[in-house]
Amino acid sequence: MYEGVVQDLIDELGRLPGVGPKGAQRIAFYLLAADPTDVRRLADVLVLVKDKVRFCATCGNVAEEEHCRICRDPRRDPAVLCVVEEPKDVVAIERTREYRGRYHVLGGAISPIDGIGPDDLRVRELMTRLADGAVRELILATDPNLEGEATATYLARLVKPMGLRVTRLASGLPVGGDLEYADEVTLGRAFEGRRLLDA
Amino acid sequence: MKLARLSLTDFRSYAHVELALDSGVSVLVGPNGQGKTNLVEAIWYVATLSSHRVATEAPLIRTGASRAVVRTVVDREGRDMLVELELVPGGSNRARVNRAPLPRPREVLGLLRTVLFAPEDIALVKGDPAERRRFLDELLVARAPRLAGVRSDYDRVLRQRSALLRSAGSLARGARGGQRGRTSGGAERGELPTLDVWDAHLARAGAELLAARLELVEALRPLVAKAYDAVSAGAGDARLDYRSSAAAAAQPLPGDRAGLTQLLLNAMEAARPAELERGVSLVGPHRDELVLSLGTLPARGYASHGEAWSFALALRLAAYDLLSADDSTSAAGTPVLLLDDVFAELDTGRRERLATLVAPAEQVLVTAAVAADVPEQLRGARYAVAAGSVRRTG
Repeated sequence: MYEGVVQDLIDELGRLPGVGPKGAQRIAFYLLAADPTDVRRLADVLVLVKDKVRFCATCGNVAEEEHCRICRDPRRDPAVLCVVEEPKDVVAIERTREYRGRYHVLGGAISPIDGIGPDDLRVRELMTRLADGAVRELILATDPNLEGEATATYLARLVKPMGLRVTRLASGLPVGGDLEYADEVTLGRAFEGRRLLDA
Repeated sequence: MKLARLSLTDFRSYAHVELALDSGVSVLVGPNGQGKTNLVEAIWYVATLSSHRVATEAPLIRTGASRAVVRTVVDREGRDMLVELELVPGGSNRARVNRAPLPRPREVLGLLRTVLFAPEDIALVKGDPAERRRFLDELLVARAPRLAGVRSDYDRVLRQRSALLRSAGSLARGARGGQRGRTSGGAERGELPTLDVWDAHLARAGAELLAARLELVEALRPLVAKAYDAVSAGAGDARLDYRSSAAAAAQPLPGDRAGLTQLLLNAMEAARPAELERGVSLVGPHRDELVLSLGTLPARGYASHGEAWSFALALRLAAYDLLSADDSTSAAGTPVLLLDDVFAELDTGRRERLATLVAPAEQVLVTAAVAADVPEQLRGARYAVAAGSVRRTG
């Protein structure tokens, strides 16, 4: 235990995801030794981010205005909608520069153990967006784990009566990898999802 | 397959111990509480990544130590393979094969195959259905390590679904109490569509596990009958039957996964009111039973102590036969047999017959508190185990 405010700082840092007690201690002592202006800047950004950043009224992505950059962009195809769990998934897909449609961020995945059901996710907002018929393809890009798959199945069943094209991201082998290093589940999925090769 | 060396550091009662083993029979003798079973447990851990005695890993680490290391040299068809496991409680365990780290410790499964006979085996016959399901699942994973993944997927779906049933059930009960006769409460509208989704996932994972278990029971049935006959000297007719919680007792089960998936879905639909009422998943492989019977009577409840022991031994011997007969691509020779303190539990006849059955195996490790408990047929290397050290005596 350290005295007073140093221990407070370590406790607060230790609450952050991915930071354990040792890491918290290390960051705390780094901050103690760091230049005061650097620390001030960090503190300002922390306060600012809570004040300024909000979630896009349309898609749920992080935004600085009412709508996020992607929803404001008129060049984005309104007929394709990609559903993801978290804003960081939007960033991951954006990095591919392949996708030109829009997004819908659910804010998590269905997980009864954690008490998260459809009502805790932005599902109702999604249904409202789909209601006008402008979207023709819905891409379900939730994580390829149990909760992500369950969420995708749930959404697919929910929108089925609307008659739009529903797709799910493919699972399979990593590009540039070796077959022998793939685990059995991934390899099994890759077999299931194999496709015809045009030659 | 042969276990050539075993070396433990900070495992259970051992600060450090080295043990070199030959093919054939090795007998470890020592008074109770000296660490014989700890050696067997370490070998079992390398084969299954779990203990046969405890569910968590913390007790496996010597008091005061921060980690334990189990190192084995496995001889597969003349090739030595060094398998090293580091157990870190509260952290992630590490595994290395021939000094190369494995990305996932789970890949160690299948490198060393063992069949363990232990005093706890009597629970296979007299204990809860969970004991028999565990017997089947452990054998499944030993034969096809991939099924460890199927098993853990199923457990996860089950936990999620049961959590949902608990919350949906309490909501539904609340709604019924509040507005009599009306069933338009939040549970019905909000939770049930997601329950359908979990049903689908449970049925799919469950069907895969169920199909694997059914196939295993088919393969075991003749082997168990034969082994029981041999152990009990022809004293009875031992039978195995798999009873699914998704089907009536006499109803034949579908032979393919699609049929089993549908069977589970139908059974879940029928059980839904009861499941919501009680907040538990009532259908699926986690509620199934492996029924053991002698003649026409169920072994659980009717078998005498001696008959129950014969049945337990027959199950283990059948597992050994099955693993020995498996395909040559994954296995390299017969599994290593571990007999942990079982002879003390048996009468003279069963002792002799069991010894005769296991003596021809490629490698057998026997532990006993008293050397006189070990039958004549199992002559071989002798080791004395005392106070955390092992010494070869003959």
